[in-house]
Amino acid sequence: MAKTIEFHDEGLFHSGHAACPGCVEALAIRVIANRIGRNAVAVVPPSCSAVIVGPHPNSALDIPVYHTSLESSAASASGIRRALNASDRRDTEVIVLAGDGGTYDIGFQALSSAVERNEDILYFCFDNEGYMNTGGQKSSSTPWLAATGSTPRGKPSKKKNLVEILAAHGIPYVATATPGHLDDLGRKIDKAMTIDGMRMIIILIPCLDGWGLADDVGVTMARLAVECGIFPLYEVEQGRTYTLNRQSKTLPVGEYLKKQKRYRHLNEAQIGLIQAEVDEDWMRLLEKTGSRR
Amino acid sequence: MNAAGQRTLLTGNQAVAWAVRLCRPQVIPVYPITPQTPILEQISAFSAAGEMTAEILTPESEHSAIAASIAASLTGARVFTATSSQGLLLMHELLHWAAGVRSAVVMCNVNRTVASPWGFWPDQTDSLAQRDTGWIQWYTESAQESLDAVIMAFRLAEGVNLPVMICHDAFYVSHALETVIVPGQAAVDRFLPAYSPRFNIDPAAARSVGSNVDQTTYRRARKDIGAAMTEAGVMTDAIAAEWSGLTGRDQHGAVEIYRCEDAEQVFVTMGSLCGTVREAVDSLRGQGHRIGLLKVRQFRPFPGDQLRGLLRGRERVMVLDRNYSPGNGGILHQEARAALYGMQGQPAVLGYLAGVGGVNVTPADLVRMAIESGPVGQDDNKFTSVWL
Repeated sequence: MAKTIEFHDEGLFHSGHAACPGCVEALAIRVIANRIGRNAVAVVPPSCSAVIVGPHPNSALDIPVYHTSLESSAASASGIRRALNASDRRDTEVIVLAGDGGTYDIGFQALSSAVERNEDILYFCFDNEGYMNTGGQKSSSTPWLAATGSTPRGKPSKKKNLVEILAAHGIPYVATATPGHLDDLGRKIDKAMTIDGMRMIIILIPCLDGWGLADDVGVTMARLAVECGIFPLYEVEQGRTYTLNRQSKTLPVGEYLKKQKRYRHLNEAQIGLIQAEVDEDWMRLLEKTGSRR
Repeated sequence: MNAAGQRTLLTGNQAVAWAVRLCRPQVIPVYPITPQTPILEQISAFSAAGEMTAEILTPESEHSAIAASIAASLTGARVFTATSSQGLLLMHELLHWAAGVRSAVVMCNVNRTVASPWGFWPDQTDSLAQRDTGWIQWYTESAQESLDAVIMAFRLAEGVNLPVMICHDAFYVSHALETVIVPGQAAVDRFLPAYSPRFNIDPAAARSVGSNVDQTTYRRARKDIGAAMTEAGVMTDAIAAEWSGLTGRDQHGAVEIYRCEDAEQVFVTMGSLCGTVREAVDSLRGQGHRIGLLKVRQFRPFPGDQLRGLLRGRERVMVLDRNYSPGNGGILHQEARAALYGMQGQPAVLGYLAGVGGVNVTPADLVRMAIESGPVGQDDNKFTSVWL
């Protein structure tokens, strides 16, 4: 039976935004903007989010947006945070809307430092597993064996595990989410807003163009990624307390891979290797969450 | 120590830190690098003692320091940062950014040789390589001048919405202990009211900053920076006059002249070399030479009109560059030549690469150079700079 998600749209994210038709990142931004409310400032580096919020003089967001350079989102957000603190406006939320390239790769140094300093920032990483805004090249978030413009025969190395890296920093809150689980995303935003210090929500964004998907399957692919266990939904608090939001994986990973053009070069043996890796990562995650159960 | 309104002994870097304290910045993102670090440490000590209330942000790199500085400035905070050499070069991308978004960041750059090879010596190539970034640049000669310059720089930056870089030479200025008059807090507060920008990042007014623009808008933004630079050129002299009145000490604007009244020959240089030149000028004057110094304090906006006015009709101008642009020579030499080119009464313009890499230049070296250059002749319009 269909379940309806309670969602109050305060009109903070406008129609006429510049996302590709069917893009689920726009859906995620709509949820984020309306959950966060008007007392907020957004920092946006070059990324799909920068395109989506639109060119001058338009803005699809009803909060101020500071467009910064690709590698300096966390540093720029820190500057805004400190300036707001200096004028006693600690209640204003500073958010970052960045991609995986700007977070896992070129922005990682500034991010690590902001987490180390525990700046009071809520950082959203829209993880479409590559440099999709430049036409689809590999980032360190691109999964093993996925084809991109710079890895046409499949990426030879694993996806960087940013959640674990941030957990190792002792970050107050880090979570994964998807636009296929909007109730879960909304809850995580609400929770993050009750926590002081650095918070990160990594949102898997199936990229219609970059992954080779039909316009209407963004939500479906996000759900499959969670159901097959390749992108588990979980939260880590203070780098120690793990919570797995979906307790079991119910599909073979092939069901997810075979629907994407970036994996169409894979043979069954390779799919088997990816399955083995997903299984191993899943067991490792269960051990971490298990200590709490 | 409470040296407010007092005569005291300070290094150039300590003088900068005192000026920063007096200016009451709200956010200070800063990263350590030799020979800037004493600025960071003195500010941190003031803060730890409760004598400053700024948010001090210590990120992982100069790149993040300038990124945070720009963003904080746009959010309406008064912002100071400091760096040197490699740090300034690492900031390069965002130096353009700082001017492009019209931030009012004030920075002290301690001029130090650029690697490779590694060195820690006074050389102005680091900041002169940033001349096209849209920053106002001032070069100072002494601890006192650095202190006064920082205070005036905030007035200028916040007046025209462009960032200002105060440059002082490694060790000669940054670490040399000198007598400095530290002005009283009341005088600085009167001169420098709280920063209240016309636009800032504020949820009460949801404006975007720095998004994609079309060609026409981009061009207009560049022209606006040009207009602000022109305004800064005028404002610098007015600010210096006002601060002179409040301190009772002579402050200089874009340029300063020394013993130029009847000079046939004029040295032109920037930074700590000016002190050396003053001694050489005194010595040469003692030997009957009609010679003086024109000190370029403000390199951007370049005071070309003032150079033309002050150097018109002189026989010879000798430009000293403590910097080197491989393939073209001394940067101040080239800029001065360009400014003086084609005017009536154009002096001969000689360029000397003096003190590149931090090598010592003595007054005696300059006296010898001036005497050996002999009467004005054909060689005087050589395009290239000469290694001293």
